Amino acid sequence: MSDQSESPALFAARVPIFPRRVSGRFRNLKWGLMIFTLGIYYLTPWIRWDRGPNLPDQAVLVDLANRRFYFFWIEIWPHEFYFIAGLLIMAGLGLFLFTSALGRVWCGYACPQTVWTDLFMAVERWIEGDRNARIRLHDAPWSARKVRLRVSKWVTWLLIAVATGGAWVFYFADAPTLARDLVTGQAAPVAYMTIAILTGTTFVLGGFMREQVCIYMCPWPRIQGAMVDPGTLTVGYRHWRGEPRGKGSPKRTQVAAEAIGGGEAQPRYGAALEREIAAPRLSRTGETLGDCVDCNACVAVCPMGIDIREGQQMECITCALCIDACDDVMARLGRPRGLIDYLALDDEPPIEPGKAVDVTELDWRPKPLWQHVFRLRTILYTVAWAGIGVALVVALFIRPEIDMTVAKVRNPTFVTLSDGTIRNTYDVRLRNKHGEAREFHLALTADSTLRIELEGESDLTVTVPPNATELQRVYVSARPQDEAASQDRTEFRFWVEDLVNGERAFTDTIFNGRESFDERSGAAG
Amino acid sequence: MADNSDKRVDDVTGTETTGHVWDGIEELNTPLPRWWLWTFYATCVWGVIYVILFPAWPLVTGATEGVLGFSTRGQVAADIAAVDEARRDQMGTLASMELADLPDDPELQAFAQRAGASVFANNCSQCHGAGAAGVQAAGYPNLLDDDWLWGGTLEEIAHTVRHGIRNEADPEARWSEMPAFGDILVEEEIDALINHVRALGGLSHDAALAAAGDELFQDNCSSCHGIEGMGMTDLGAPNLTDAIWLYGGSEEEIEHTIRYSRFGVMPPWGERLREADVRAVSAYVHSLGGGVEAAPTN
Repeated sequence: MSDQSESPALFAARVPIFPRRVSGRFRNLKWGLMIFTLGIYYLTPWIRWDRGPNLPDQAVLVDLANRRFYFFWIEIWPHEFYFIAGLLIMAGLGLFLFTSALGRVWCGYACPQTVWTDLFMAVERWIEGDRNARIRLHDAPWSARKVRLRVSKWVTWLLIAVATGGAWVFYFADAPTLARDLVTGQAAPVAYMTIAILTGTTFVLGGFMREQVCIYMCPWPRIQGAMVDPGTLTVGYRHWRGEPRGKGSPKRTQVAAEAIGGGEAQPRYGAALEREIAAPRLSRTGETLGDCVDCNACVAVCPMGIDIREGQQMECITCALCIDACDDVMARLGRPRGLIDYLALDDEPPIEPGKAVDVTELDWRPKPLWQHVFRLRTILYTVAWAGIGVALVVALFIRPEIDMTVAKVRNPTFVTLSDGTIRNTYDVRLRNKHGEAREFHLALTADSTLRIELEGESDLTVTVPPNATELQRVYVSARPQDEAASQDRTEFRFWVEDLVNGERAFTDTIFNGRESFDERSGAAG
Repeated sequence: MADNSDKRVDDVTGTETTGHVWDGIEELNTPLPRWWLWTFYATCVWGVIYVILFPAWPLVTGATEGVLGFSTRGQVAADIAAVDEARRDQMGTLASMELADLPDDPELQAFAQRAGASVFANNCSQCHGAGAAGVQAAGYPNLLDDDWLWGGTLEEIAHTVRHGIRNEADPEARWSEMPAFGDILVEEEIDALINHVRALGGLSHDAALAAAGDELFQDNCSSCHGIEGMGMTDLGAPNLTDAIWLYGGSEEEIEHTIRYSRFGVMPPWGERLREADVRAVSAYVHSLGGGVEAAPTN
């Protein structure tokens, strides 16, 4: 915008980012996590789990058509959806916990957008070369070679994307069957559509949108901005140690180092100096420089295209690749590592950049790592997280084998039969979670004067098909002379017995007699 | 007055300003990403495509139809047709079978009862209530109890549903008519009859009046309600000795019935419903707790 009177640009084109290859401990950690997370995603649907006849043998299966969720030995029915809600709350609290202790580790290591983008970048680097080769290729006019490289990259991305969408649908149906149907074109249209949509999103978001997703689409960076505090460990640049940055003059630096002589140098920076003494670097004009040689390695490796030395930024996903890049440079220069490092902002020494300070004289010591991880906040999150987890596990184990719900029919509350008997109706739902049909026997408390009958059954036995719920209408009646016939409410108990294993369960409910009837609507005397 | 002449880089944020200044407040220039603009254009293009493909513009008497010819009404019709198609076999069997044999086929019976529940909700619940408990004040019978004016077997219920009660549209409709005794009997006689009927039903009454009513009952009522007042389902004459009162058992209601008679009407549903639907709703009503297995007993 050279012309001052020109209108400002309202829209900005994406600035392409060409992250350089980097190696180091965080890069290795990210490779490991990528293999781990992608492995879980792609392989889980193929794990088999024998549940016996009539039940699926897929370890993890979301059976939408039959409304069942299978997870290894756990089977969740729709009425137990609170388990899923509990898991989601735990996932949320876990995210809060990790964010308050370790900043945006989710973004940097585990978020699908990060993992798939990382995978796509690895493919890109493998086909088109490293940063400089890719910049050249980007700037080069279209040629046969450029077309060949681009097409092979896109095809590889597409294959990964298809596999990604393909893996997703396997969670919702028997994987081997669905795989065969998909290949032979016999799978449901919704399966193909889901694969197509996820292929498209994976290809576009991982290949082209990349950091734009994090910066413009994802709400998490904003939420996390409010969740970190100065005590949170995050990726940062040690400003006081690095500044003023500059190339430095090896000759002058060497002279200065010799002038200091053995052991006379003043320690210049914190933790690093407890291990070794480094002489100050000097610029060509003789100014004292910090440790940053302004090599831009941290910028070149950044997948978000930012400069971490500008401080904490919303764009930073804390993938820590800049730490690896800077440590590499520091090692080659013989300087201590950690100019860019995982650090807590409130841990940094009160040192003005460029001033020689004896840190041993400062009233300052960095807190040990565990004090950043174990803080009141993180402990409270852990307690809440673990509390819900324990509650869910307990709920899982005390889940009754027999599941009966009783809903009293209240329209009408009772029926008068011709001999004056008062009858109440109940919708009783019996769930059979077993792989074979089961018989259940219904009864009332033994000393009850009430009588029980089942609609459409001559006895009190209900047969429930395998892995299903049976709705049974149950009539409970009181003879005219019984107390329950005239009272408003009489409490009683339904008993159900599994005739296969003899297990019993009960549900308490009430019986409405004539007193519950509003006289004004014309009750017969 | 805004102009662009003061464009500069803001010290605090390091962001270029647009140069717009209002009362000393400057605007930072943080442009949207260009792909966002493309997304906006894409939605505009999609909007145009949608308007061409689907019904969109409201006109005076309707709306543009769209080249795909889609309509939600048509979709509902297609859904209904699909459901009908899926149920065709079962509905066909239900319509043609011997209705009394339905309990021998539990699967078809369950199907009929569920189908009947929706037929009932659509067509019957307006009078008989969503819970089928009837409305005593209006004389709409309770279908949950074991008392049937016209019989409670599957076939008897189906006949009542198919032809209705006391309607002139269907010659096979259930028909009976109680005389209005207000013109026939005098006040004292009606009073005695009220007490006699209440005595039959086991309700509180004046014993002397009730005894006096016995002869009146035999002379005027027993031809339909029976000598013992047990009623007659062939004539739709209610049993007066049970605990169930179609219009209520209070003295006022009984007096009204004797004096003016009652004339409850039900339309013939055979005209409106398919035979399978008539049978399905009969199976549903039969399953509500009062269904009679064999011949009516009262």
